[in-house]
Amino acid sequence: MSLTNEYIQGRLSEKFGTDVSDFEETFGIFSFNIKAEKNIQALQFLFEDNALGFQFLTDITAIHYPDRVAQELCVVYHLHNLVANKRIRMRLSVPIVQPDVNSATSLYSSANWMERETYDFFGVIFVGHPDLTRILNVDEMDYFPMRKEYPMEDPTRSDKDDAMFGR
Amino acid sequence: MPDQHNQHIQLAEESIEKQTTTLNMGPTHPATHGIFENVLEIDGEIVLSSTQKLGYIHRAFEKIAERRPYGQIQPLTDRLNYCSSPINNIGWQLTVEKLLGLEMPKRVDYLRVIIMELARISDHLVCNSVVAVDTGALTPFTYVFQMRERIYEIYESVCGARLTTNIGRIGGFERNFTDETWSKLNEFMRLFPKSLEEFETLLNRNRIFMDRCIGAGKISAERALNYGFTGPNLRATGVDYDVRVHTPYSSYQDFDFKIPVGTVGDVYDRFMVRNGEMWESYSIIQQAIAKVKDLDPSIYHADVPAYYLPEKKEVYTKMEALIYHFKIVMGEIDIKAGEVYHPVEGGNGELGFYLISDGGRTPFRLHFRRPCFIYYQAYPEMIKNGLLSDAVIALSSLNVIAGELDA
Repeated sequence: MSLTNEYIQGRLSEKFGTDVSDFEETFGIFSFNIKAEKNIQALQFLFEDNALGFQFLTDITAIHYPDRVAQELCVVYHLHNLVANKRIRMRLSVPIVQPDVNSATSLYSSANWMERETYDFFGVIFVGHPDLTRILNVDEMDYFPMRKEYPMEDPTRSDKDDAMFGR
Repeated sequence: MPDQHNQHIQLAEESIEKQTTTLNMGPTHPATHGIFENVLEIDGEIVLSSTQKLGYIHRAFEKIAERRPYGQIQPLTDRLNYCSSPINNIGWQLTVEKLLGLEMPKRVDYLRVIIMELARISDHLVCNSVVAVDTGALTPFTYVFQMRERIYEIYESVCGARLTTNIGRIGGFERNFTDETWSKLNEFMRLFPKSLEEFETLLNRNRIFMDRCIGAGKISAERALNYGFTGPNLRATGVDYDVRVHTPYSSYQDFDFKIPVGTVGDVYDRFMVRNGEMWESYSIIQQAIAKVKDLDPSIYHADVPAYYLPEKKEVYTKMEALIYHFKIVMGEIDIKAGEVYHPVEGGNGELGFYLISDGGRTPFRLHFRRPCFIYYQAYPEMIKNGLLSDAVIALSSLNVIAGELDA
């Protein structure tokens, strides 16, 4: 049986009701949002269900949207069912003041460093992670550099802003 | 502190000595082939545990990319897996082309396939010959590096650079393959099979090499999948996942090739899978050369003037070309908003580009899914309770590239 978007959407809605939302397919990858507290249940459901079988974790990363109040940090999981060759993307949002997300390390060994990297750059706290320390940046660093409030260059510099290019 | 190992070593209760030895392998060490550190706890020659430290060459590419127009991000990708830069470059071009909805002519696809497969060969040549070096055989390394040199000369005649290539552009190649490129490529195609056969004769059935490699640094298919392995390291465990076949890009569906797989996922399997892949890459290049012959030889980029940098002589003589040149260089091309994940089969596995555009002149967010970074975390499990010398060849057979670890 082929794994269609409608089928995945149906199964998830049946299991999680209104906690899953915003189903869409962009550039060949079916994606949806999930309530932050439900992330592990959802990953486990997608992993263990025979018909779904999303057992390969491709990637975990985060995005900082400074304009989304109380939803600033968005954590993104890319999952892959290697047998049916179907990729999906699961997103969740947490407020930047308390960015707690349950860790997927019990389900995927590969999540360990991916979550450490996400913590290192965005400050997302993965609850239940065995060793949530910085991985690429120096240990002494006291901020999370990929957040949008830390500009690449001198923040007073305006000659490279979109405004200078008619946007 | 009492330890379950080395019970015969009697230490006084208040002693600060340990019954095991701590050994720093790296940050700069001949066995790591890059700047990263392994802190090993060893008992004699047995590795009891290890801790990895990385980030020594972290260059914040993801942050830099948020301030760069799309064309200027390509040189950053060179420095991920620098043993096969062209795959990273072309992977980035394909990602942007997917976002923009650009369709490439077949000839561009095939030329890209030729370059990517050459890059795969050079990547695997480095990895496999370095496995041999770490087992004590220096000769094969010096032999196959002549072939790598020929590949680098082909890059050089296409793009002018050798290691950090920045080859091709969004929308095609910056220039057509010249007669010199073709003659260098044909010469490579003539010499390579003999050289690889020679390499295989030296090692494949070499008793000493086999005894060193078989059973070292083993990982099961199940654990490898759980650790997010991709590429040759996953295939060595017997899982035939290859992005080129699962999600074909750049017309890989037009080619006929096998996916070599291993059985037990040890150093020897990884070595053999990479050797097998080089033969397959060679056959893909042969097919691509044959296919290119039937196509219009003047095509080397798509007809997308809004995104593809025009030729210099047109910039000086034509108004439109000048306008497009200015817009592209200044990062003022129209990019739509969107969220793209594009995977390519890099030298080490699935290299993914996760690009989020908000319609601005630079990406809103760009994340590289680096295969090395993900599978290297399995290393402590692979070398646990093995010999120190097995840990060294396990590391080189994983082909851990510092540039790809740290981004």
